[in-house]
Order: sequence, then C-alpha cells, then structure tokens
Amino acid sequence: MSDTYYDLMRRQGISRRSFLKFCSLTAASLGLGAGGAEAIAQAMQTKTRTPVIWLHGLECTCCTESFIRSAHPLAKDVVLSMLSLDYDDTLMAAAGHQAEQALEDTIKKYKGNYILAVEGNPPLADDGVYCIPGGKPFVEKLRRVAKDAKAIVSWGSCASWGCVQAAKPNPTQATPVHKVITDKPIIKVPGCPPIAEVMTGVVTYILTFDRLPDLDAQGRPKMFYSQRVHDKCYRRPHFDAGQFVEKFDDAGARMGYCLYKVGCKGPVTYNACSTVRWNEGLSFPIQSGHGCIGCSEDGFWDKGSFYDHLTTIKVPGIAGAEGTADKIGLTVLAAAGAAVAAHAAVTAIKQARSTGRNDKVSEVEK
Amino acid sequence: MQVDHVTGRVEGGPLVDTYVYEAPVRLWHWVTMLCVMALGVTGYLIGAPLPSIGGEAVDSFFFGWIRMIHETSGWVLAIAFLVRIYWAFVGNRSSRALFIVPFWSGKWWAGLFGDIRYYLFLKKHGDLWVGHNPLAQFAMFSMFMLGAVVLILTGFGLFAQQYPWGTTWMNLFGWVTVLLGEPQAVRTVHHVAMYYMLLFALIHTYMVFREDITRGSTVISTMINGIRMFKREPGA
Ligand code: SF4
Ligand code: SF4
Repeated sequence: MSDTYYDLMRRQGISRRSFLKFCSLTAASLGLGAGGAEAIAQAMQTKTRTPVIWLHGLECTCCTESFIRSAHPLAKDVVLSMLSLDYDDTLMAAAGHQAEQALEDTIKKYKGNYILAVEGNPPLADDGVYCIPGGKPFVEKLRRVAKDAKAIVSWGSCASWGCVQAAKPNPTQATPVHKVITDKPIIKVPGCPPIAEVMTGVVTYILTFDRLPDLDAQGRPKMFYSQRVHDKCYRRPHFDAGQFVEKFDDAGARMGYCLYKVGCKGPVTYNACSTVRWNEGLSFPIQSGHGCIGCSEDGFWDKGSFYDHLTTIKVPGIAGAEGTADKIGLTVLAAAGAAVAAHAAVTAIKQARSTGRNDKVSEVEK
Repeated sequence: MQVDHVTGRVEGGPLVDTYVYEAPVRLWHWVTMLCVMALGVTGYLIGAPLPSIGGEAVDSFFFGWIRMIHETSGWVLAIAFLVRIYWAFVGNRSSRALFIVPFWSGKWWAGLFGDIRYYLFLKKHGDLWVGHNPLAQFAMFSMFMLGAVVLILTGFGLFAQQYPWGTTWMNLFGWVTVLLGEPQAVRTVHHVAMYYMLLFALIHTYMVFREDITRGSTVISTMINGIRMFKREPGA
C-alpha cells in the first residue's frame, strides 16, 4: 500500500480546502509555529501511511469515547480513517476470526513499521486471566503485537500509570504498559480519559512527521503535558489573592473563587485541561465548579479524598490510623510537647531537691 | 583540660573555657532558625490557607505573598546550608559535628548510651562535652541535617514544578518529581518532613534551655559568643 494520507482523505470525500484547514488547526494545536501547517500538509501529501494497531486491555473504553469526540470533526474523521483501516477491536467493522486475521495480516505486512496504540493495561495476576480478548490473555497479545511495533502510544491513565484497576490493593495486578514492554519507545498520553484534541494531536504528529514528539522526563509529550492545570487556570488570580471556596455552596463558590481548599489537585497535575479544555473547548472541571482530581497523575485513586488536596497517609504499624500530614504532624507535635513538659517537670523537681540550684557554682546569691 | 579529640568529651584537668562555635556557624545557626520559623508558619498556611479575604482578586496578592515569603526563606536557608557545608571543610571540629557522626568510635557510643540513661533520669550526672554531646549530635544529624536535606530537595522540587518541563528549573530539579513518582508525592514528603523538623525544633529548644539552666556548662550563650564556659568540674 503506497497511499499517502492525502490520497486517503480525498478518497473519503474530503476537499482540499478542508484538508488544509485540518493542517493549520493541527499545527496550531501542536504549537508548531509559522511553517507548521505547511510542514504537515507537505508530509501528508508525500509520506506513505503509517499503519496503527489499537489494542484494548483492562479498561472502560473512555479513551476511545473521548477520542471520537475530538473537537475538530475533521481531525476525528481523518485520524479515524487512518486507524480503522488496520485494527481496533472497538471501532473496526470486522469481528471475530476476521478481525484477528486482520491483526495478523497487519503485523506481518508492516513488521517494524506500525504504531501500536494501547488503551487499558494488562493484568498480570494468575497468568493474565483477568483480561481475555480473542480467547487469550491480553498480556500475550500485547507482547506479540509490541514485538514488531515501531513505537507504542499508551492511551490514558490505565496504560500510562495503571489507573483504577491498579488502585490498591490491585487484585488483578493491573500493570501499566511501560512496565511490561521495556524495549520500545513509549509515549504516555495520560488522563482519565485524555483530552480528545490531545489524543488526535499526538497521533497526527507521530503519523505526519514520522517521529515521536518531545517527551518530558516521565514520557509524556511536552507540548501538552509540560505545565500543570494550575499554571494556566483562569481561577489562579483568586488563588494568589487568597480567595478560596470553603464549601461548594458558599458565597466564594458563587463568585468563582479558587477550589484549592475543596481539594483541587490542579497544582500537582500535569495536563492541558485549563488550556485545551473539554467538549470542543466548552469547559473543564474547574470551570464548572469542581476541583481537578488529578486524573492524569500516577496513583490518583490512592491519595485519599478527591475533596482534600493533601494526601491521606496511613501511619505504619498502627492499623486504621490514617490522616493528612497536618493531622498526623500536629498530633505528634502535641504528644512531643506533653513529653517535653513532663520531662521538664521531673527535671525541676530533681533540681530543687539537690543541694541547690546549679550546685557547685562557686558563689550562690543569697 | 584533657578533651577526647573524637567525641569532645572532657576527661579531666582544670576546666578551661573553650571557643567552639566559630562566627560563621553561629551566624548560620540564627539565620537558619529565623528561616525555619518563617518557613514553618508560611508552609503550614500554604497547606491550610486562612479564611478568604474579600474584595476583588486584582487588589490582593495575599496568598502570593505567603508563598513568596516561604520561597525566599527557603532560598536563604538553602544557600546558608551550602555555606555551612563549605565551612565544615575549613572550620574546627565542632563545625563538622553536624555532618560526620563518629559511628566508628566506641567512646562515642558509650557517650550516647550514657546520655540516654542520664536523660531518662537513670544516671545522676551527665558528662561534660566541649561540642555537642553524642545524643545531641545524633539528633542534629538525623533530625536536623537529614531533615533539612529532604526539605531543601523536595522544596526545590516543588519550586521547579512552577516551571514547564524542559526549562531550567525542571531540568535541575525535575528528578525529584520523577524519583518520588508524581508531583503530589513531593508535596507529601515535604509536608511530613516539615513536621519532622518542627519536632526537632521543639526538642532542641527544650534541651538547650534545660542544659543551660541545670548543667555544668553554657549552651545558649555559646551559640551567641561561641565560648563554652564551664560552671563546675566534670562528674561533680
Ligand atoms: S482552582 Fe485549582 S487549578 Fe485553579 S487556581 Fe485554584 S488550585 Fe489552581
Ligand atoms: S481537570 Fe484534572 S481531573 Fe479533570 S480532566 Fe483535567 S486533569 Fe483530569
């Protein structure tokens, strides 16, 4: 198959005008600067198509749901037409043996050239029996498809970090992709789900430029994940002013104050929500009055309440004892204060009983 | 006066007032104390902000100032700590006590257990020391010094998080976030370490007053003028 993306799109009935629109929108959302749109258009007209295989492990399919709602409808059409051609259990037309056959064909035909997109993750406990697509443990399928892939995209917090199925105590031993596949470049696109435009942006970048975007130290594309939600949050002036919502129905909430004190995790969450937003850029959680729950960060289920920005810590050795650092710290300080007071009292008594204060000081004032 | 050169224990001879804490050490001590106080108060408030202030956001930078004081004090504390490390190389024996604990010395261990028994009121008289006694030194090392290192590193880790990945501060301190797994963990460790440091501050403050009032040598004034003055013979 020597089709370019452009050929493909034209065959889908997309006009050249729409195609160029797509290129400039994508260039803008990737932050590519002046020549970006041209570069994308150029690449899409000359490069042959890179096939994508999209696998689903232990997951809720929210990533796919998000993906197909990409704000720029064109982007969705384009990317989907690139993807569905190969393999995606959820979106492809084929089913059953036919589908598995398509997978085999793609692996064989594009050996070492295709991109593997993984949604969800493999559970490793009991030989992986807790996730069986096509009659075999998902982890086996993942390993087999990953072996000949050029690169892997970990969709969502499941594939990137583990997410809810890996929350403590993680009975099925759900494990993020990078801990199972260690010999391939992996790009993480976390979020529960990730933002649609972030997903299409990342795919478009990889497919058109034939290389992975710049990643941060934790493997996420810098263009979308380099800043915290907090850094671009429109409620930030209230944070800096010290104006906080105390309760969800108070005056501060009505005035749009900062949600930090009702548990906003924006200051510890790397994601593009406050810039790209959701649902065609309509809004995002903070804008609708709820704090960020930190869905794109590792272990966001295990940090305690969504309504407390401090982590709930379990006190080691004491069953059932848990609290925030403040609660535990102040308790310890109070106990230490009491101990100090007791020690001081005993010292004072001993001192008074001995021959005199500061005994053996040469001269004692009478 | 005979002094053990490893532990600083006074072992006999007529007592002589001794210059133990050199000027940079004393200056560092008080600068650090002020920083820890400022950091403790502002740090607590950053975790548990005061009730909202009214008016327009544009007219106020209240929480911003609290963070500004916190970050500035953190910078001062960190720089002072670096200078202090430098001074450990060029200063006297006591200037190294904070960083090097003589775990290899039997005398030091004997002193440590002697101190513990003394403070549990199991032993009538404690020993006299020119610098820190072994228990104090152990607390300085394990609570203050290690606590300060954790606080400084996680502090800069949090400071860097204000800047995007791939920029200078994240390049320098992003590893803290990577090491602890995710950004909120950095905050949690920083927060717990704060209480560890405050616990030290509480015990330390009690101990220096107690020592100064009840024992045979000066402590508080030593950190002011550097001179350890003896009030009575050892073992008395
Ligand atoms: S609402 Fe959340 S993200 Fe926005 S300024 Fe407040 S703490 Fe930061
Ligand atoms: S605001 Fe926070 S919790 Fe909500 S989607 Fe964005 S990163 Fe996830």
